[in-house]
Amino acid sequence: MNGQIRRLGVGFAALFLVLFAQAAYVQVVAADRIANESGNAARQIRAEYETQRGAILAADQSILAESILAPEGSVFRYERRYPKGVLFGHATGFYSRIFTRTGLEQAMNPYLAGTAPELAASNLSDLLLGRPKVGGTVVTTLVPVLQQVARAELGGLAGAVVAIDPRTGDVLAMYSNPGYDPNLLSTGTTAEIEAAWDTYEADPRKPLLSKALGELYLPGSTFKIITASAALENGWGPDKLWDNPRVLDLPTTGDDLENFGGSLCNGGSRTVSMQEGFVESCNVTFGSIALELGADRLARQAFDYGFCPISPPDDVSCSDPPIPFVLPFESGRFPQPDYFEERTPALAYSGVGLDNVVTNPLHLALITAAIANGGTMPAPRLVSEVRDPQGRVVREFAAQILGRPVSTDTAVAMRSLMLQVVSRGTGSAAQIDGIAVAGKTGTATNGEGRAPNAWFTAFAPAGPGQVPRIAVAVIVLDGGDEGNEATGGRIAAPIARALIEAAL
Amino acid sequence: MSVVAGPPRHRTGAFLLLFAIAVSAAAYASQGLGLGDALPDGFAVKTAVFAAITGAGWVAVRIMARGADAAIYPTAVVLGGLGLAMMERIMVERGQPQIAENQAVWLAIGLLVFVATLALVRDIRRLDAFTYTIGLAGLILLLLPVVPGVGYEINGARLWVRFGPLTFQPAEFGRLFIVIFLASYLSAKRELLSAGVGRLGLPRVKDLGPLLLAWGTSLAILFLERDMGASLLLFGVFTAMVWVATGRVSYLVIGVVLFAVGAYLGWLTLPHVQARVSYWLHALDPENVGALGYGQLAQGWYAFATGGMVGTGLGLGSPTLIPYVGSDFILAAFGEELGMLGVSTVLLCYLVLVARGLRIAVERHDSFEKLLAVGLTTVLGLQVFVIAGGVLRLIPLTGVPLPLVSYGGTSRVASFIALALLVRTSAGPWIPGRKAER
Repeated sequence: MNGQIRRLGVGFAALFLVLFAQAAYVQVVAADRIANESGNAARQIRAEYETQRGAILAADQSILAESILAPEGSVFRYERRYPKGVLFGHATGFYSRIFTRTGLEQAMNPYLAGTAPELAASNLSDLLLGRPKVGGTVVTTLVPVLQQVARAELGGLAGAVVAIDPRTGDVLAMYSNPGYDPNLLSTGTTAEIEAAWDTYEADPRKPLLSKALGELYLPGSTFKIITASAALENGWGPDKLWDNPRVLDLPTTGDDLENFGGSLCNGGSRTVSMQEGFVESCNVTFGSIALELGADRLARQAFDYGFCPISPPDDVSCSDPPIPFVLPFESGRFPQPDYFEERTPALAYSGVGLDNVVTNPLHLALITAAIANGGTMPAPRLVSEVRDPQGRVVREFAAQILGRPVSTDTAVAMRSLMLQVVSRGTGSAAQIDGIAVAGKTGTATNGEGRAPNAWFTAFAPAGPGQVPRIAVAVIVLDGGDEGNEATGGRIAAPIARALIEAAL
Repeated sequence: MSVVAGPPRHRTGAFLLLFAIAVSAAAYASQGLGLGDALPDGFAVKTAVFAAITGAGWVAVRIMARGADAAIYPTAVVLGGLGLAMMERIMVERGQPQIAENQAVWLAIGLLVFVATLALVRDIRRLDAFTYTIGLAGLILLLLPVVPGVGYEINGARLWVRFGPLTFQPAEFGRLFIVIFLASYLSAKRELLSAGVGRLGLPRVKDLGPLLLAWGTSLAILFLERDMGASLLLFGVFTAMVWVATGRVSYLVIGVVLFAVGAYLGWLTLPHVQARVSYWLHALDPENVGALGYGQLAQGWYAFATGGMVGTGLGLGSPTLIPYVGSDFILAAFGEELGMLGVSTVLLCYLVLVARGLRIAVERHDSFEKLLAVGLTTVLGLQVFVIAGGVLRLIPLTGVPLPLVSYGGTSRVASFIALALLVRTSAGPWIPGRKAER
């Protein structure tokens, strides 16, 4: 029998070998893949809460988000605090064990949680020295003073403000009103977190969504920057004269295009220069220019400025976002040229930022920055670097250039046009003593029965030869507190002006 | 047999026992530190009690089973100790520390039964005298849960018996009786069964009787009690013992074929079996992860994967996310908190028990003793493979306890009886007042 018993032993050895092999597969070979499956979320979140998550800092090194030891008796070792509350909510996002992560908390999670390969060396030394593992610190480009001004200026108005440095693309301010307090969604009991979430979700003004970059609106007359750029690129100077009827009779339909409020442009003269049309923001002039340019040239200019091609009415989604950004960013949309083949009037409307053209403050600020920057469009940058817990920089995010949507000559000519908008045109509310401000107003219809959205975008200092240091885009939704009287020049321009004053 | 040594074995065994106690105490301390940054309440006292009880068991082995295998008892102690530490860790987090205390009491009862078995069964060969009585008792115990009014169902399997306030799983004891019966029956009939007919050496049809009876019993357990695990264990140990006794590969082949037929029939007709196969294959499909049946396998895998090579550390993982983590899935808790190294250590302990058990079988001369050791060892090894393979998703999960470690009173006691019989077999008869037989 001993022969069989020995063979039985070999059989058991083989069975156990298979168990060891399976354990090695589940626990080592495929461990990361299995552990990272979404079904394992409970453990993933718990593991994250066990390590001290890295901080998120403003450009001046002040703390926007940090992890502190939770009070005795808490489920988790650390809890997340956002010392500035609502002010940076959309930028940092929240870090919730129930609603997961958003904003930079999500986008920079591998760094904040300390799992990114750049932090491996630091983690190893922590392990060897017996120090608790701490995540990396994310340094942003946001300037708290400007963020504060943006919030104060918007006050109770729904809208958003974006300020960027045209030279680098650094996002200096990015505020959307109303915002939300990430503290309420990140710490507290499950019931408290869920109650805060429900309150925000129920608010019709959608405080969880950033109007600065997550929503899209008709740009209205601010789009004349793109139409004028296309004309200049096409060799049509600012002094070229255009017919100046009271209304533009659009071909193939009974529709026509009016100036704002049905007014006369340039006092009703027979012709008007593009420059006058721009300064007074005449729709007739720019409808005519768009029709004369044709769909191909206008669309190409829009795409060069980072608008995403779409095929309305069926498909208005952007599958290949042209502007990379660390946060989920809806870049503007402009229809493919073939959309206009059977729809000539749509081309005129598009030339003045209506029909299916949409954008948001972050995108518009980048377009303005391109002009301020002599035709070079910077990529937006919100995170400048990541540091390990010992303060060493382990990852730098260099400023990047998106492209050159217009020539230097065009940029110079556009600067002149936008300077005049502020000095003697619709944007006069943005004038600042001693600082040359260049800007453009926009007042975009917002659907039947709703007050218009008011836009203003500007950059400064914009005098000849000066290097602009700030580009701003502002949107005030639904007429703000002025209802149907609201215009970009009246309600949005003073907000931009306040930011520029604070920045320079 | 070349066993000389009282003294060297004795010292090895004592050292192993001290090591087992130290490992158990370290695990117990570690889970407290991990869970609450402090030693468990009454750590010193509980450790002292654990050391005293297990030490007393060792003294009993030394007195009643001189010259017994030195590794079996310490290995059982370390498995029991690790199981208690993990049970404490799980139940404290669940806010049910009294369950962990119950299990500590059951471990003590198990040790007591272990000693009592050694005391009662002074000569293992005396068990050889009651072949059919023991066989009948085993059959009755196995089939008791089917009896209306006595047996009842938990989690879809009819394995439990209730007498007044007491409930227990008689199959655990039934299996032991069947193993003793088979060792006895086969040692008497093995010449007969070995005689084959025809060129293939097939056994005579009338000699196939017991094999078919065992197959029938296994099927009865599968279909009437819906207990795949018990069915597989019984049939596995039966096939192994018949093969070892007769040396005829044809029994092994017939056994495998009968098993395949039984499994296929079960799969065809039993929704419960089909569900188990589906849980096994599709546990991690995203739509199933939260579902009943699939969810526990998925959580088990997540626990193993999260533990990785070295684990999170005792008390620092989330094993309480796994349904049934105290019973069927306790190995996953080890996998999460002690990693692959911890799982391997636990499995190696069982492999030591299996190796020692088979070693005893080889060393004994009496065929009853040999077959008994083979049977007891095979039950243990197969049970570990079935539950470990089940939670690791190597094979479909069938709920059997991880011997000595999982939650469960019956299971602990039955395991200790089996180990006591192994120890007794290795030591030879005990005649009080006299030195060991050899």
